[in-house]
Order: sequence, then structure tokens, then C-alpha cells
Amino acid sequence: MITATQAPEKYSEIFDQFNHRATAQPSWLQTLRQEAFARFSETGFPTTHDEDWRFTNVSEVANTPFELAGAETVSKEQLEPFGASQFASQLVFINGLYSEKLSTLAPMPKGVRVASLAAQLRIDPAALEPHFGRYLNYQRDAFCALNTAFAEDGVYVHVPQGVVVEDPIYVLYVTAPGAAPQMNHPRNLIVAEQNSQVTVVEDYVSLGEGTTFSNAATELVAADNANVSHYMIVREGAGANNFSTLRIQQGRSANVSTHSLLLSGALIRNNVHPVLAGEGSECLINGLFMANGRQTMDNYMLVEHASAHCDSRQFYNGILNGQSHGVFHGRIIVHKDAQKTDAKQTNRNLLLSDDAQIDTKPQLEIYADDVKCTHGATIGQFDDNALFYLRSRGLSEASARHLLLLAFANECLDRMSSQPMRDHLEKMVVAALPGAAAFSGERSTEDVERNVEEVG
Amino acid sequence: MSLLEIKNLHAKVNGNEILKGINLTVNPGEVHSIMGPNGSGKSTLAQVLARRESYEVTDGSITFDGKDLLEMKAEDAACEGLFMAFQYPVEIPGISNAYFLRAALNATRKFRGQDEMDAMDFLPLLKEKMRLLEMDERFLNRPVNEGFSGGEKKRNEIVQMAVLEPKLAVLDETDSGLDIDALKIVSKGVNAMRNKNRSMILVTHYQRLLDYIVPDFVHVLVNGRIVKSGGPELALELEQKGYSWTEGELAGAKR
Repeated sequence: MITATQAPEKYSEIFDQFNHRATAQPSWLQTLRQEAFARFSETGFPTTHDEDWRFTNVSEVANTPFELAGAETVSKEQLEPFGASQFASQLVFINGLYSEKLSTLAPMPKGVRVASLAAQLRIDPAALEPHFGRYLNYQRDAFCALNTAFAEDGVYVHVPQGVVVEDPIYVLYVTAPGAAPQMNHPRNLIVAEQNSQVTVVEDYVSLGEGTTFSNAATELVAADNANVSHYMIVREGAGANNFSTLRIQQGRSANVSTHSLLLSGALIRNNVHPVLAGEGSECLINGLFMANGRQTMDNYMLVEHASAHCDSRQFYNGILNGQSHGVFHGRIIVHKDAQKTDAKQTNRNLLLSDDAQIDTKPQLEIYADDVKCTHGATIGQFDDNALFYLRSRGLSEASARHLLLLAFANECLDRMSSQPMRDHLEKMVVAALPGAAAFSGERSTEDVERNVEEVG
Repeated sequence: MSLLEIKNLHAKVNGNEILKGINLTVNPGEVHSIMGPNGSGKSTLAQVLARRESYEVTDGSITFDGKDLLEMKAEDAACEGLFMAFQYPVEIPGISNAYFLRAALNATRKFRGQDEMDAMDFLPLLKEKMRLLEMDERFLNRPVNEGFSGGEKKRNEIVQMAVLEPKLAVLDETDSGLDIDALKIVSKGVNAMRNKNRSMILVTHYQRLLDYIVPDFVHVLVNGRIVKSGGPELALELEQKGYSWTEGELAGAKR
């Protein structure tokens, strides 16, 4: 049965408490937060009657009495397994709050600002005001409203005109589940000015299996001719609910690549919403989701072509095992003046078990008359011919399956232009593939060594 | 001892009996050609040898290097030294040729108790074999067979054979669709691999291949049975008289 869920009373109490701790925030932000909470109170959580939520039931999240997570003591060693320390700039957030102690910031080119939102709000909130909350539509989405209402910390990146930041800025969001269900609402703002270049990575991890609710929102502004890469990794614990919205605003000839890798968690909703507002801008929306057990991974793409001569490319591959449920909702809106739009969408899915399920839905709304829009979705199982071909060369059935899955995943990994990021993500993918242990490659020795270390 | 001993082999595909009692002995170092018209069962025989599960063996036996081939899975047969060059090689996007072949070689090496080869040692070996088949090095990093021309796919099969060094190679219509230049290159690669221990079965529809790879024996397969065997001259005779000639012989043999 579908129940219409309302914002529980609980949220009002939590919001009041939160307001007390956020009194130092600038008044424009306090006003924005109040309005966002009012909107959330009005709508409550969405139900499956809502077209945008048709395939995913969020009632469990709606009905769980989450509390705002607080600071938690975490050691550097606890974070070591996540492999983020190889990146020179690594910002760590514990339960949504910045940890200076655990973070490392490499020297940045002149004028580049990389800070926690909380610090930026203390030091120079005026720098945030031109962009913060200007793009994310909390009217449309209850989770965005909730995120805005509880906006407090996250990452702030500002790259001035013409500046190139070579190394990825790696942001690790760690949830440390407590005894009671906890939530956090990371809020990020990335601004790349004209002709600048930057790569930002959001990586969501957990230190336990308890029930958590991470509700992140990122506003990414790529000004004229800026080049921005964004990576989103979700690999949280079994009790984690991860909701995120990436709202991208692109200027003239801006080039943005987004890469999502969803690996684990109970329920993941991954919203990617680029608006190609400047002429000649390009956006790559690349993703791989690998669900297992009873996991739900819901990808909601909303690509808005608002200007002429823009290209968007959506490629999402899903691997679904166990009783998992995957969703790909690919919505493309071509506005009236967006002539010569070239929009492409491809969603390919592999179902590895009889009980796995995928809902894939293209939704094209075209108001211009000279456009090229294509979409395609495939749902399949292993290709028997390919399996036999590999086995006839001596690979065991398990290895052959593993190799074919890796090949399928590689289609997405190969679109990542940063080699360190590609390697980093490939390791995660290989470890997460079913039958990883059966495949004897050079990685197996690494695994053995790591196990020995853990035991020792 | 013979390398391959097929006795009274009967096999079904989708419930239809295709092989109706094949007998064939292949000794080490011998090259046998199996010729026959479309639908005679040539490819079925190749698939059964490569242990494709959808081909159901209903009677008979196959002994490969002293072991029961019918007890083996495809990967076991491959590791034991049986290689089939596919009539239609499969495209595998997302995996490079080099990665795939090293994984395959290491699977067979592991099976034989040999050390696995790392990329540093493997690449020179693969490059050498690719030169033999006149394949550009850019194919190393291209996804397996993806976007290859028909001729490139067939050459890639022979590169794989050269890397895996099988005891028995079954070439399933490797010549089909090749132009004369590609046919010469493929034949050169295959001939370079002939030695006194390695046996080959060339499954083909056309006599042309046998001008370049001269077999020791030619067998004519019609309607699931070998109806005639002989030396290389049999292929020429077939070319002149056509398969209908052997079909007549078969009709005679039946009575």
C-alpha cells in the first residue's frame, strides 16, 4: 500500500533546535532556510504517486525518526581503507561536519578557495551569496528543501578566472552511525569562473552498518568556457540511505563531465540536473550502478537544454544482482530557444538474477523544432556467445563472467579522463563485482597482503 | 598414441540429430581437413570438440590426449590444449585484446602448474605473434574484436592460437570471407605453427584454403557422416566434381 507520508512532527523540533545552533549564519541564509523548511513542511516526503518518485518508495526514510548527527571522533587510520589519502587535497567531513584534523589541503594556485562551507560562512559569507541557493530548486524536491533547511556545512570551491587546478579536490563524507538513526545534510558549492578548470570528487562512505540518512546537495557553476569534472561515489553501509542532488549551471561553451559510481547502501537516489544555459555548452552524464541484495539505486537525470548548440551525453550502465532494484529515469527538456540541441541518452542494464529488477524510463520534452535527441535502453543477461568465447580460451565460467562484467563497467570507466580517478574507481569496481574472488589476476596478491595486515 | 580419437559420434542441436556416427583419428603433427556442403555438420563437429554445451552428444566417445573430452567443460578442454578458431569471433567491448589474451594465457598456465605471466613479459610475446599475422600494434589496446574487419577478426583468432600454443587447433571456416591477401597471411601464420606435435583440423567449405595449408588428410562430411577420406588430391577432385558427387557416393554407401 502506498501511504502519503507527511513530514513528521519530529522535523519541526529538530529544525527549531538547529536554528539555535545556526544563529551566527547571515540573515539571507537564515531566511532561505526558513523558507525551505516551510516548503518541506507543506509537501512532506514524496510518495510513489509523484511521477518523479514512481519507482522508489521512500516511506521507510520518511517514517524513521532520524536525529541530526553530531561530531564524532574518527581517526585517520579508520579512513585509510577508503584509499582517498593518495590524493593531495583531501577534505574530510564526519557526519556532515568538516574535520580540519583529518583533512589535508595541498597548496592551490593563486586565488583558488577551497574551504568548508561553515568556515566560509564565518569568514566571508558575501562570497557565497551570488550563487548559494540560486540554482537548486527546493520547491520541486522535498529532499532539496530539507537539505537547504539544514544547510550548515559542506565543501566550498571557488576557482578564479583562467586558473587551472590540476589535481582532484577529493571530498570524503563519512557517516559514523550512532545508536539511533542519524541524518546529515551536506551542502556544497563549486564555482568555476570563466576559462578555469577543476575536478571535484564527492565520496560517501560509512564506518558502520547502522541506519543513516545522508541528504546531500551540490550546486556546481561552470561559467563561460570553464571545464569541470565531477565525480560522485556512493559506497555506504548496509543501513545507509543516500540522497543527493547535483545541480549544474553551465555558461557559454562550458564543458562539464559528471561521473557517478553507486556501489552500496540500502537506498540511493542520485539526482543529476544540468542546465545548459549558455550557447555551445557540453555536458557528459556518465554513471555506473551496481546493486546487490535488497538495495535500491534510483538514478534521476534531468537534463535541461536552455540554449542553442548545446550537447548532452548520458550514459548509464547498471549491474543488478540479488533482489536489488535499479531505476534510470532520463528526462530531457529542450526549451523553445535551444535550437541545434544534440542530446543523447543510453541506459544499459545487466540483470544477473531472476529477482533483480530495473525500471528504465526516458522522458523527452522538446519545445524547439531543430534538435537531435536520441535515447535507448537495453536490459539483458550475460551474452552466452561471449561467455563461451572466453571459456573456450581457458577462462573458468566465474572468471569469464567477471571479465564480462568488468568489460561492461569499463564502458563507463573509460569515459573518465583523469587517470588517477579512473584507477581509483576501477579498484572499487573490481572489488565489488560478483565473483571477484574467482578471478585470478595480479590483484589477488594485493588482497592477500591486505588481509595479512589486517590479521597482523 | 593418437591425439584425438572420435568414435561413432552422434550429436543433436535443438533436438535435431546433426552428427550421425563420426569416426576420426588424428595423430600428433597431422593436419586433417574436413570438407562438406552447408548443413553437413562441419561446424557442429567443431563446436562439440570445443565443448559448447548446447550441442548434445547422444552417443559415441571422444578421447583427447588420453582423456575423455566429453567429460570436459570448454575451459578444461582449452587448458588441456584444445583451441578452436571461431567462424564468427565474438566482439567484447570494454576489454582490450592484450588484457584478454593475458588472462587466457594465465588461466592455461595456472592449470598446467606454470607461473602466471606479468604484463612486462607478456607484451613482447604478444607483439611477436601479432607481427607474424601482420597485425598493427594498435590492436593491442583495442577492445576484443570490436570494430575489426572480418579479416582482422580471423587474424586475431590465429594470434590467439599462436599465443596459447595448443596441441590441437580446430579452425572453423577460418578462410570464409577472406580476400586472397588475408588468406595468405592467415595461412602463413598457421603454417608457422605446424610441427610434429601439434595437430590441426581445418573445417572448410572451399578447397582454396588447402592450396595454402596443405593437409595430410581430407575427409568429406555429408549429412553427419564422413563419406570419403583421402589425401590432398581428394580436395581437388571435390572442387572439380562438386559435393553432389559425394552425395551420390553416400547414397550408394547407404544401400
